[in-house]
Formats: sequence, structure tokens, C-alpha cells
Amino acid sequence: MAVHGAFAALAGKVEYLPETLAWNIQPGALHVARDGVARKLPFDAIILATGATDRLLPVPGWTRPGVYSLGGAQVSLKAQACAIGAKVAFLGTGPLLYLVASQYLKAGAEVAAVLDTSPNAARFKALPLMASRPELLVKGAALLWKLRRAGVPILRGVTPIAIEGDAEQGVTGLRVKDAQGRERQFGADAVAMGWHLRPETQLADLAGCAFEHDALSGLWMAKMEPDGRTGVKGVYLAGDSARILGADGAEIAGRLAASSVLMDLGIAVPVAEVTELHARRAVMDRFRRGLLKAFPWPGHLAAAVPDDTLLCRCEAITAGELRRSASALGAPEVNRAKALTRVGMGRCQGRYCGPAGQEVLAAARGVPLPEVGRLRGQAPVKPLSIATIAEDA
Amino acid sequence: MGVNGARLKRVAETGRAPVSLVIDGTPATALEGDTLLTAVLTNGRQLRVSEFGDGVRSGFCLMGACQDCWVYTEEGGRLRACSTPVAEGMRIVTRGATWPRLG
Ligand code: FES
Repeated sequence: MAVHGAFAALAGKVEYLPETLAWNIQPGALHVARDGVARKLPFDAIILATGATDRLLPVPGWTRPGVYSLGGAQVSLKAQACAIGAKVAFLGTGPLLYLVASQYLKAGAEVAAVLDTSPNAARFKALPLMASRPELLVKGAALLWKLRRAGVPILRGVTPIAIEGDAEQGVTGLRVKDAQGRERQFGADAVAMGWHLRPETQLADLAGCAFEHDALSGLWMAKMEPDGRTGVKGVYLAGDSARILGADGAEIAGRLAASSVLMDLGIAVPVAEVTELHARRAVMDRFRRGLLKAFPWPGHLAAAVPDDTLLCRCEAITAGELRRSASALGAPEVNRAKALTRVGMGRCQGRYCGPAGQEVLAAARGVPLPEVGRLRGQAPVKPLSIATIAEDA
Repeated sequence: MGVNGARLKRVAETGRAPVSLVIDGTPATALEGDTLLTAVLTNGRQLRVSEFGDGVRSGFCLMGACQDCWVYTEEGGRLRACSTPVAEGMRIVTRGATWPRLG
């Protein structure tokens, strides 16, 4: 809310371009498109806050109608006042899984089950880090209690087997293996699934930022300092696209990046405030690491996705085809595999197949995850209409 | 509101104004403020058919990232349903693509 208020105060002083796609970046210029008209916006400094999308694990049947990303299920409810179905199952891991399930419950939707791939034991190991923000731990416990009191089955340490239904009518239920290895079935007409978030890094990539593999999350992230500076002059990062610290963390990261921009432009900033922001950011980063330990990304499940499961939603390419590119065709890393199989080349540009695809390829080649590399960003980062015309060509 | 058996279920009534559109030749009603995706899926169960023969799709990310929600207009235009507001008089095709108009 404070952010919205602060932004309203800027009205008339800044050029604001809503509903605009930033589709490419070159040294000193951002390329945008709005209502079919493309423009080039020159800059001295740019803060990239491109957000994040759900990280997905392909599960047999996940392309069936009625399966939505967890974040999408939340958007539908919050922004459109619609539940994604009459009886919704939640599959994945992370605090958002419990949060969205409880929001559905509160809205009057039936929650079929909350199925978490993280084992119970992970929670305890993560406690020392998560104790950095006790108020959030309490909130999490309250959510869980509400779900349990409503009689929602909550299973931890599950292994997804399949989302049931058919390709025409959609979801009818899902099957998982529970922590004891027993098969469990839940009827549902919709599934919301997500495993935390993955940062949107295409523009940072096109801007020339270096990347590093983060072992804790299994994700590639743009290299940066906590103050938002990257190795590239004039390019700064903030928000979930930099490090996933949540909404309040994004606000702090944004202030830090803005302070860095001002300093680099030779404009004085209050040092005490910056120091305090750094301290607060450090607490949030500690909690972030705790969350990743408590709700780990199940890389082993991604590596074991069955051969006939669609890995690529865009062009219906199976995990088996990607594995063949690794073995028969000898693709040593993800970009070569993409050229051979088209996994990562479709319209989502690897947003939904990328994280699991890396695991599949690394496992098929028997190498550590970082060795298969990461999908390079490509412009346009989202589809442009062929009717888009250049305003200043 | 919302059609019985439709995929998305409205959970709150907000007194928004109705918007008329045509989906696969059949008149339908949505609410002002709906995305095209919401409009179509509160009236039916599908948005589009996968070009790769693996069945029906009904969107996925709902935030403009997956591109799994493009629908055709009767004139052959394409719209990303999750990020396009519904508008009075829209005519949408969810089953089988018409050829895009040339030029
Ligand atoms: S549902 Fe993903 S882009 Fe519309």
C-alpha cells in the first residue's frame, strides 16, 4: 500500500508506461512495445525488476485442462474472484502452497488436499534460519492449523504419480505416493501446482549480466551485490528477479538499488538509511535460505520424470526426447539440447520447462547440475505480434 | 453466476456490469473486469486446442508468461486470453483455428 501511495505522489513527474512489454535490451537502450507500437528507450541507468514466475515440475497429465500454476490459481482468485475449479488439489512445495490453499478455503472453494513434496524432517533442519523472522513462522503455523481444522488432508514428503483425467474433459483427480510409500488418490476437478518461484532473468541476461548457479535453490541467478549492482555499468537488479525475498524484501531491494543508482550518478544518499536497509535485507535473505531448506526443490523428482511425460507444454515434447538428445545425440548442455529437441524454444521460452529440463539433462548425462548450463535469454523475451510497428525506426 | 459445469467458479458477486460476447458461435455473458480467459472459462471448459495434437488447453500461468492461452477471434486475430480484458461484442473461437487473415 505504501508503495502505491508513493507512486501516486510521482504522478506527472515520471513517464509511466503501463501494459508495456520490455522485449529487448541493448547497451544504453531498452526496447519496449505497447499496443502494437515498438519504441526504444535510451537510459543511463536501469533497475531491472522483472519479477518471477512459478517453478514447475512436470507431472504426467500436467498439460490437462484444469491444471494451473499455483501463482495462477492465486491470480484467478484474487484478481478475478474465480476459483480454478469446484474442488482444487494443491501440489508442490513452499509457503505459497499453504497460503493459496487457505485463501481458496476462505473463499468457499473445496480444497481436495495439500500435497507437499518436502519431507517433514526438512522443516526442523531449517528452523535456525527461519527463526530470523518469527512472525512469519507463526503466520505459517496458523495457516496450517486452519487447513487442518477444515479437514483438508495435508501430506508431506509425497511423490507425484499422475494427474488423472483426459485431454478433452480435463482433470478428474490425482495420485501420489505418500511418505510411507503408499499410493493415495484424491478426486479433484482442478490442480494448482508450484515449487517456489524462478526469477525472470532474460533481460538481465540480454543486458550482459554474469550468472552463477545457486546450489541451495538449484537455480541460475544473475550475479549481483546486495546493493543491486551488477558487473555491468548502469544495470541494477531488484525484486524477485534478483533474489526471491518476498514483497517486503523486494521493497528493500528496490530502495537499495535506487540508492546505488543515485550514488553512481554522484547524488548523495543518506548513509544511515542505506546501512539499515542492508541489515534488514540480510535478515530476509537468511529467511529465504531457511525457506529453501524447509521446502527444497525436488531435483531428484524432476530428473526422474517418466519418458512419456510432456516436459515442454508449448510444443508437446516429452522428457524421453530430451534424454535421447543427451545420449544418442550427445547434447552436452541445455542450449545444444534445445537446438536438437526444441525444449526451451517454444513460446514460454523455457520458463516452464527450463528448471526441470536441466535436471533431466544432467541426470541423463550423469553430470552435476551446473555442468549442463542454463538457457540463454533471447529477444523478444515474450512473443511480439508481427503487426508490431516501430515508432522510431 | 457462471455457467453450470464451467471450468472456473465465481466465488464473489460484486455487482459488475454484464458484457456480451460470442464463443464458438454461441452468445455468452461475462462481467466487466473479466479477462477474456475468465470470460471464456466461466462459460465453458476450454480455451484452445494444442497445435501438437495432445488435446485441449485452458491456460496455465494466468500471468502472461506461459503463452498457453492464445485464442482466435472469428476474424483470425489472436489474443492472449489471460491478459486481454473482455470487451462487448468479442467473437471468439476455441475449437479449431481459423486461418489468420493475410495482410
Ligand atoms: S495463461 Fe499463461 S500466458 Fe496466459
